[in-house]
Amino acid sequence: MTIDSVRGAPDTPGLAEPELVQLLTPEGERVEHPDYPLDLSAEDVRGLYRDLVITRKLDLEAVALTRQGELGLWASLLGQEAAQIGSARALGEHDMVFPTYREHGVAWCRGVDPLRLLGMFRGVNHGGWDPAEHRFHLYTIVIGSQTLHATGYAMGIQRDGVLGTPSAGATIAYFGDGATSQGDVHESFVFASVFNAPIVFFCQNNQWAISEPLERQSRIPLFKRAQGYGFPGIRVDGNDVFACLAVTRRALENARTGQGPTLVEAFTYRMGAHTTTDDPTRYRLKAEEEAWKLKDPIERVKAYLVRGDLADAAFFEAVDDEAKATAKDLRERCLVLPDPGPLTIFENVYAEDHPLMTEEQERFAAYLASFEEEAS
Amino acid sequence: MTTLTLGKAMNTGLRKAMENDPKVLVMGEDVGKLGGVFRITDGLQKDFGEERVIDTPLAESGIVGTAIGLALRGYRPVVEIQFDGFVFPAADQIITQLAKMRMRSLGALSLPVVVRIPCGGGIGAVEHHSESPEAYFTHTAGLRVVSCSNPVDAYSMIQQAIASPDPVIFFEPKRRYWDKAEVDTESTDWTPLHAAKVVRPGEHVTVLAYGPSVKTCLEAAAAAAEDGRSVEVIDLRSLNPLDIDTVTASVDRTGRCVVVHEAPVFNGYGAELAARITERCFYRLEAPVLRVGGFSTPYPPSRVEEQYLPDLDRILDAVDRTFAW
Ligand SMILES: Cc1ncc(C[n+]2csc(CCOP(=O)(O)OP(=O)(O)O)c2C)c(N)n1
Ligand SMILES: [Mg+2]
Repeated sequence: MTIDSVRGAPDTPGLAEPELVQLLTPEGERVEHPDYPLDLSAEDVRGLYRDLVITRKLDLEAVALTRQGELGLWASLLGQEAAQIGSARALGEHDMVFPTYREHGVAWCRGVDPLRLLGMFRGVNHGGWDPAEHRFHLYTIVIGSQTLHATGYAMGIQRDGVLGTPSAGATIAYFGDGATSQGDVHESFVFASVFNAPIVFFCQNNQWAISEPLERQSRIPLFKRAQGYGFPGIRVDGNDVFACLAVTRRALENARTGQGPTLVEAFTYRMGAHTTTDDPTRYRLKAEEEAWKLKDPIERVKAYLVRGDLADAAFFEAVDDEAKATAKDLRERCLVLPDPGPLTIFENVYAEDHPLMTEEQERFAAYLASFEEEAS
Repeated sequence: MTTLTLGKAMNTGLRKAMENDPKVLVMGEDVGKLGGVFRITDGLQKDFGEERVIDTPLAESGIVGTAIGLALRGYRPVVEIQFDGFVFPAADQIITQLAKMRMRSLGALSLPVVVRIPCGGGIGAVEHHSESPEAYFTHTAGLRVVSCSNPVDAYSMIQQAIASPDPVIFFEPKRRYWDKAEVDTESTDWTPLHAAKVVRPGEHVTVLAYGPSVKTCLEAAAAAAEDGRSVEVIDLRSLNPLDIDTVTASVDRTGRCVVVHEAPVFNGYGAELAARITERCFYRLEAPVLRVGGFSTPYPPSRVEEQYLPDLDRILDAVDRTFAW
């Protein structure tokens, strides 16, 4: 056997693709998993479908707004709707979310006004929502940082002494496959593990970190890394909203009852470009995208609803209409988002008055006013 | 002579360096197939292979740390940090290791590592993509810090940086990547890496800049000329070491000096310049050295960044103020 000095031996153990938890096949067939029983009413499933469709529509609208120059950038969640909706609908009111920059579906489920997300990508602010209001932290752009914040927050919950009580919450940290290489993510695994912190590490493995495929980040399936840190790891079909819901629910419940962290690897695919400035044709094949299209997270729920006669044409039409109306409303409100005034640059840098801020702000105000004097 | 954008000049310079020395490696996030998010490494992996142009895992500390190891093994890694705001995970490796290993080894070890950082604002980006972190690195002994402002310098300076036996932090003005100029890619008759350049001679006031601000200052100088004011613009090019003699020779003549950079003024690189110029040109100065820069706030959201960045008017305003003293 020849060994490629860079890639390693061809049959490295652990490289074969493992099983993943799936409760709904791409064809829309319900399958049972012994560890993850899930009881959903027709109403529940229709609710999930609505979330999925609206989220996708809002995301497409944001992409369109970017193309038209209304947003500076957008990171599309296309293809990852089930991973986000499934995991987010598992959350309870006391749980706290730490997202990346792509968690628009989670934001939706937490009740964050999508306009807030757009504001940041339009360049009106750097975040601009109150994390406490919806228990949804600000988007984090520096890859991996938020996993440590989530871990620390979870350690705080632990210290509050609420675990095991009805007001117990857990944290959930979202991050990507690329993020798993960051030191911060490793350190968060270590801290969460040794302190038995109530946290769910929810990794959306969408197969790509901009242009780099998963194999550039890991030689073993990501969920298996958990073992090395001493907590369970599980891979779930990230395009299966039922499975994502069931697996996250269990992981959160374990965390809330003092059983420590879980790593959930949602195996999914980034159907769009990394962001609106990216060009995936430079690094990946159309065929791969086509193959994943067949595993679409929304189509399978629709098939399930139709097959079981759980929804009629009027329902699907109503959801589509609602999605369109929500997107239209979002667009209209985006277009009239006011630009921040120049002097806002000095706001919120410090909690209290700061002499340097005051000095620079006053000087800048006088400078701006000097143009008005000249003009008059 | 070839017409090249600054980005393409970087690319061509990197290519030359790789051709001339098989030990030169390029590494970073998305530098391979994609050619980097700014396409600075476009085509290099195709031509030099995956062993020399390495798509690394997404981990900046890991990138710089392993570059150090490769350098210890005799390679000359050129590391790309995708954006200014993402150099901080690597700050520890750069400050505690890259900068200090020579001294720690009593001179036995050299780390010829170049850390390329696209820097500066003005491109309408989200947070962390518009920063000017040069002062953190000029403050760290053991690092050389340079910043190119135009295609000609980009082409030569990257090759000179790669040839340097010391680690070099190489700032690239990202909003100038698309600026074009004639570049002589045959000649190697280059300005020394650590020399400043007078890019527009003048008599009444000296304006010091580097990186993205140089172009803005040249435009300001042209506007000032219409008002009969002769502005000398110096492109510092190298921040550490600083070519102070070129600076003082100019200020001794003009008696007035304005420093321009995008980074916040408070404790920015301009403070060091002002202090040094004051020491050396004290009796020649007609006015204090004035600084124009970003405000002492975090870089603002893009919809107000034009207000934050030093522009023509703010530079001219400072020039005027040196005459009003
Ligand atoms: C510390 C840091 N380095 C680099 C970047 C630039 N960057 C933005 S997204 C990204 C890829 C992230 O991949 P992954 O973690 O898989 O998440 P995905 O974008 O696929 O959701 C990179 C390299 C960054 N934001 N932060
Ligand atoms: Mg990814």
